[in-house]
Amino acid sequence: MTIGEFVERDATVHPPALTPGYKTSVLRSPRNALISPRNTLSEITGPVFGARELGEKDNDLILNFAKDGLPIGERLVVHGYVRDEFGNPVSGALVEVWQANAGGRYRHKKDQYLAPIDPNFGGCGRMITDSNGYYVFRTIKPGPYPWANSTNAWRPAHIHMSLSANGWAQRLITQLYFEGDPLIERCPIAKTIPTVEQVRSLIAQEDPANHIPFDARTYRFDVTLRGRRATFFENTLPGAPR
Amino acid sequence: MVTRFPETPSQTGGPYVHIGLAPQQAGFEIFGNNFGNDLVADDTVGERITIEGRVFDGSGTLVRDALLEIWQANASGKYAHRLDPQDKQLDPTFRGWGRTGADFDSGVFEFRTIKPGPVEADGGRVQAPHICVVVFARGINVGLHTRIYFDDEAAANAADPVLGGIEWETRRETLIAKRSERDGKVFCTFDIRLQDTPDGGAETVFFDI
Repeated sequence: MTIGEFVERDATVHPPALTPGYKTSVLRSPRNALISPRNTLSEITGPVFGARELGEKDNDLILNFAKDGLPIGERLVVHGYVRDEFGNPVSGALVEVWQANAGGRYRHKKDQYLAPIDPNFGGCGRMITDSNGYYVFRTIKPGPYPWANSTNAWRPAHIHMSLSANGWAQRLITQLYFEGDPLIERCPIAKTIPTVEQVRSLIAQEDPANHIPFDARTYRFDVTLRGRRATFFENTLPGAPR
Repeated sequence: MVTRFPETPSQTGGPYVHIGLAPQQAGFEIFGNNFGNDLVADDTVGERITIEGRVFDGSGTLVRDALLEIWQANASGKYAHRLDPQDKQLDPTFRGWGRTGADFDSGVFEFRTIKPGPVEADGGRVQAPHICVVVFARGINVGLHTRIYFDDEAAANAADPVLGGIEWETRRETLIAKRSERDGKVFCTFDIRLQDTPDGGAETVFFDI
């Protein structure tokens, strides 16, 4: 048995490109259908990242930008497993996260929201999944923030997450929401996803058994990436000896 | 039936994608080691090229908040990955991956890299030299995948199985970068149009890979 192509992406679990409720998508969505070639070596391979490229505090957003004190806000641990569609752990994946501070303000040149910057909070982190596909980071719970989709649109609290795993075809950027947030069901970005079940899969669950007493609460968020087909017989994978 | 767990749904990278993926561009220093757009070390093998381009929306306006990544083989056409079975030389100085944001003012993105070699395909065919690209931005719900080919590889491009799989021949042209030289450096210009633009620019071909 050797390693085969990725199973084709199930487009029905993802947002379509054109979602007029999320206005920016109108001029930024292709009008033509995507073209679906079979995977070649170019899609089944992908960049490899090593733990040694990362710094010690890269997964600790509470400390990785702290200057003269701790950031203000709810202390959280977020953890979970990255697996593929068949339930296999995805190890060695680069997980990158970014978010607003406790007041919903981003540390970004272009963010003009009047809520203040927290001098001790940067808002980004990164880590590599272990051999079980497990990741963990520590942070401050982000606040909701207003945006100009309509005059009174507010994003639910969310953390952006990027995954670079073992093949270029698995590349994924998504957003993690928090259990119980009433803004989720009103959010035009969350609602780009066609099914309620799939929106639910982006909601991190409170994990009280793993709260750290007198320190931090914990949320659990698992991610599923595309899986590879096994090839038992003739392997026509591009480049393979035949 | 065998259980298959649905893939986690994609969401837009949003306008502040740089905070997480290119914090220096967002305006602050946080990591000791930053990922960037220079793929080349001093002793990397291959012809140095600069990929430069811009991303346009359907009105012809620059997408100044786009974030792009590329993935490519080395000069011999070998990927730096354990699943590449080709009997070709690895280049230990070349990962083959880079990331950059379009400039907030000019909208221009740039990668300093080397021209990749041809990569094998099935049925004994050969893929023309190409670079895989993914584009993320505010308004893009699922990252858009495309490929850069080179206009000085006409014969190889004509035999490329992926280009050849695009039924509409006129659309293939949107994937061919234009080569030029300035100040002794080679530039390959590759503009990306998310939709047909009013000035006649044709929508770039995007792939479901």
